[in-house]
Amino acid sequence: MIDWGAIFSNAAVELISPTTAAYALAALGLAIHFGYTGLLNFGQAGFMALGAYGFAISTLSFGFPVWASVLVGVGASVVFALILGIPTLRLRADYLAIVTIAAAEIVRLLFTTNTFDALTGSANGLSGYKGGFADLNPIPEGTYGFGPFEYNAYDWWLRIVAWTIVVLACLFTWQIMRSPWGRVVKAIREDEDAVRALGKNVYSYKMQSLILGGVYGTIAGMIFILPRAVVPSNYQTSLTFFVYAILLLGGAATILGPVIGSMIFWVLLSFFSGFIARAVEAGWLPFMSSVQAGQLRFILVGVAIMLIVIYRPQGIFGNKKELAFVK
Amino acid sequence: MLVLLFGLLLTALTLSTFGASAAHADEINTDQYDYVLSGNVQFGGEPIEDVLISVEGGGYEAEVVTDADGRWRIGVPDNEETYTVILDEDTLPDGVIVEEGNSETEAEFGLTDSRSVNFFLGEGERVTVSFFDQFLNRFVNGLNFGLLLALAAIGLSLIFGTTGLSNFAHAEMITFGALATFTLSVAFSLPIWLAILIAIVLSGVLGFTLDAAIWKPLRKKGVGLIPLMIVSIGLSLAMRYTYQYFYGGSTSQLPGSGLADINFGPIALSPIDMASMGISIVVLLAVSFFLLRTRIGKATRAVSDNPSLASASGIDVDGVIRIVWILGGSLAGLSGVLWAYFRPGVSWDMGFQILLLVFAAVTLGGLGTAFGALIGSIIVGLFVELSTLWLPSDLKYVGALVVLILVLLLRPQGIMGRKERIG
Repeated sequence: MIDWGAIFSNAAVELISPTTAAYALAALGLAIHFGYTGLLNFGQAGFMALGAYGFAISTLSFGFPVWASVLVGVGASVVFALILGIPTLRLRADYLAIVTIAAAEIVRLLFTTNTFDALTGSANGLSGYKGGFADLNPIPEGTYGFGPFEYNAYDWWLRIVAWTIVVLACLFTWQIMRSPWGRVVKAIREDEDAVRALGKNVYSYKMQSLILGGVYGTIAGMIFILPRAVVPSNYQTSLTFFVYAILLLGGAATILGPVIGSMIFWVLLSFFSGFIARAVEAGWLPFMSSVQAGQLRFILVGVAIMLIVIYRPQGIFGNKKELAFVK
Repeated sequence: MLVLLFGLLLTALTLSTFGASAAHADEINTDQYDYVLSGNVQFGGEPIEDVLISVEGGGYEAEVVTDADGRWRIGVPDNEETYTVILDEDTLPDGVIVEEGNSETEAEFGLTDSRSVNFFLGEGERVTVSFFDQFLNRFVNGLNFGLLLALAAIGLSLIFGTTGLSNFAHAEMITFGALATFTLSVAFSLPIWLAILIAIVLSGVLGFTLDAAIWKPLRKKGVGLIPLMIVSIGLSLAMRYTYQYFYGGSTSQLPGSGLADINFGPIALSPIDMASMGISIVVLLAVSFFLLRTRIGKATRAVSDNPSLASASGIDVDGVIRIVWILGGSLAGLSGVLWAYFRPGVSWDMGFQILLLVFAAVTLGGLGTAFGALIGSIIVGLFVELSTLWLPSDLKYVGALVVLILVLLLRPQGIMGRKERIG
């Protein structure tokens, strides 16, 4: 028989998991790029990789404290955004897409190659960088919580920090999008030439937006590696596509969309793969092996992206008047 | 009785401690892992000491030096993985070499826990290939790679030119050709030439179906170009994992992929490589003839240039787009077959591995121009292969992607593109 309790509680756990928080933050960064400014950044995986490796390498190889490691990651992503933005922000949107996707792959290949094995751990990745973050934990040892949400002190600390960052990022984004800066950025999305005619430096605004969203992605990359190890194959192009799926699900030009989108995405994904895996075990789906059951969810994500874009381009929370897509 | 048992236990304990400490210079990690690769390096019956052997695979690496008897043993963590065992030729004594191309072998465990790996040594001096010869060899390989990229790139570029769609699912159309050939030749045991021909036809049918089922309705619905691009990303993801669903994650070989190289001076090419280049060149010439000389080809270029004007002058734009999708699908399928021989191997994500290079080629040449895509592909192909002269081979795609970014910085419209295309 199928253990429904386990399926539901595994799915509920995803609601507040640090991975959900990391994807929410990365998607919020993309909302700034794509939803508000109209920049087609397909390199969010690159920003996340820079955050993860920037943090891990500066902790492991240089022995930096946590705050300095975070600054290194953020600094790296600002430089990355500048390198990406200078050649492409003057070009048409699809060029930016191709260049950002290429740049993110370059970053991943550089972290994967054996050439820099001493620093990056090549294909094995890195681990053992969590000590500094765990030492900051004010929660006394022990297990807390109820039902499926029962964690030890480190796991609670991680969840509290991750979701505090997400909430702060949401508040900041909400404020900044109400400010004059936000209005200019949204105007660029609607009509770049009109904004230029008003005497605004469009290029500079786009660059600021690219950097801001990229920094969100970088911090998301750091949250992403705190419950696991750094593995370079996590930063493939599919990661960016998943973040896009979350963003489109919630609504591209919204604040809460990415957060709720991430929750829905992970809860549904966990529920679905839990259900299929157990149904296969119980012999309900005799034509499917358990490995195949694992792949089914990626097929589903792909189909979901297509259906959302075609039938509800503004996402769950979006407003159809605020165009989610440029042109 | 009890004493006897106790005594046995003690002996066992001592033995096991002894075993753990018995790791010599010729053994590494054998006490740590269950699976062992081992070998014996000998030449003419004489053991050779101090030869460096290294093992890599599945992210694991270890190296060991042979002992006075020429023996070595390396423990490895997994018996599912394929390991590459490398003999460092520089540590062999003078006058002894490994037979050409055999200093690196692949080792797989069957059902056993240990596997012996032997190298065939021979008499002779190591011939170092001169830089120029290496360059020439890489150049020809690069040309081959560039030509097969061009087949895919022209289709992508024509589709972009006529419909404005940046089709990320093109990668899956490439994979489709190879998977179809594999299925037809292995599962239905058709002769390989027939399998390839049918696979190309099926790829064309796939292109037609995708256009008819997805892209044409979306065009009619007036969906914008950026949403279309994201739809193609979703389609690519769904198709790719559908392939993995049915074919699994492993790499299989097409018939005839292991043919030996023939040497032409410094250039080593297998008959398959030569056939591949020949086919690419003939097909590319045929496509050029189609685009430049036939009515439909001219209509295609007209639609590419300005769809509304073409439509106003009586060209059936939808018909042209349908032909472009069929042509693009078949070319991508053919390119997938050639890519399967070039890599070598057929796997579920093989198209996705070169998708960025195809995009780089198309962007380099100028988005939407067929002949630009050809030139861009050859540049990318040459660059990828030639860069391995200086870069480690796991970074060879980096070079091509960096060039893409640099070209966009200096000449955003691409080599053959026109200024108006940039926004």
